[in-house]
Amino acid sequence: MTALHGMGCGGLLLLGFSGALIELYRICAPGRFSLLNEFERKLLRLYLIAMAVLAWGTVLSGAYIVYPWYRARPPAGVTDYAPYPQQTLLATPATAGWHNLGMEWKEHVAWFAPIALTMAAYVVAKYGSDLRRHRHVREAVLAFTVAAFMVSVMAGTLGALINKKAPVQGGAVINFMGGTK
Amino acid sequence: MNAPQPSDDPQKTGHDAGSEIPNGAAAAAILSAAAGCFCIGLFGLLGDALPALARCFNFYIPTGPLSGVTTSAIVVWLALWSILSRTWGDKSLPMGKINASSFLLLGVGLLLSFPPFGDFLQGK
Repeated sequence: MTALHGMGCGGLLLLGFSGALIELYRICAPGRFSLLNEFERKLLRLYLIAMAVLAWGTVLSGAYIVYPWYRARPPAGVTDYAPYPQQTLLATPATAGWHNLGMEWKEHVAWFAPIALTMAAYVVAKYGSDLRRHRHVREAVLAFTVAAFMVSVMAGTLGALINKKAPVQGGAVINFMGGTK
Repeated sequence: MNAPQPSDDPQKTGHDAGSEIPNGAAAAAILSAAAGCFCIGLFGLLGDALPALARCFNFYIPTGPLSGVTTSAIVVWLALWSILSRTWGDKSLPMGKINASSFLLLGVGLLLSFPPFGDFLQGK
């Protein structure tokens, strides 16, 4: 599940930004929007909608499936904190910053991405070719998409580093290969 | 006969002129998205500073106050978007000002969500 959250949704989202930013930059240069034909405009619309869906999938799976495993509290008397990542990180001052700064920042700022991308997808879908008449609207869409990219990179990087320090181990074990010895 | 060309220069009229679709719907979407981002930062800071509010934000216990912080911000975002869309949907607005306000809200939201800045505001 953590792989689905981080690599399935989050990784695909990060990969998708390259295409979205290039296309949005193309249409943001004055007088450039007409370079996109009808098919390309439809493609950009679908592309941004797919990115918004991926962004929502990432934050919802993160907040409601992975994060509860991360912040789970050990029962009284338990001294092995390995299955409890938040407790593992907070146990020593040397690693506490990964939670106090890294996770605390990531868990909030990551939500900027789906909101910004939903706005971008809506505006591109609603205005279509008429966007060429709205320079400031195009600039705002590009700026919010860049902001979404930056917070996604930050959240993804912190998530990967935190998971390396204290891996989340929730959920059922899935065996892809049956040949255990 | 030359058809009038769309203008990319909003300085001529103070807003994006000659549009078939007024920019009000886009302005509503942009400003409400910025407000939603700002609310995530603001509610996160308030939840951190006020334990009583953090308990109120505990909508889903396994996720903790984060569930309430984000859900409340999303409700504010969608409600504001709906209200502004109805109010501005058929109007042409000065997008320069809307953008400036939106970028300010987005920037302040980013700053509020940065834990060291939140700790600084709380005097920790």
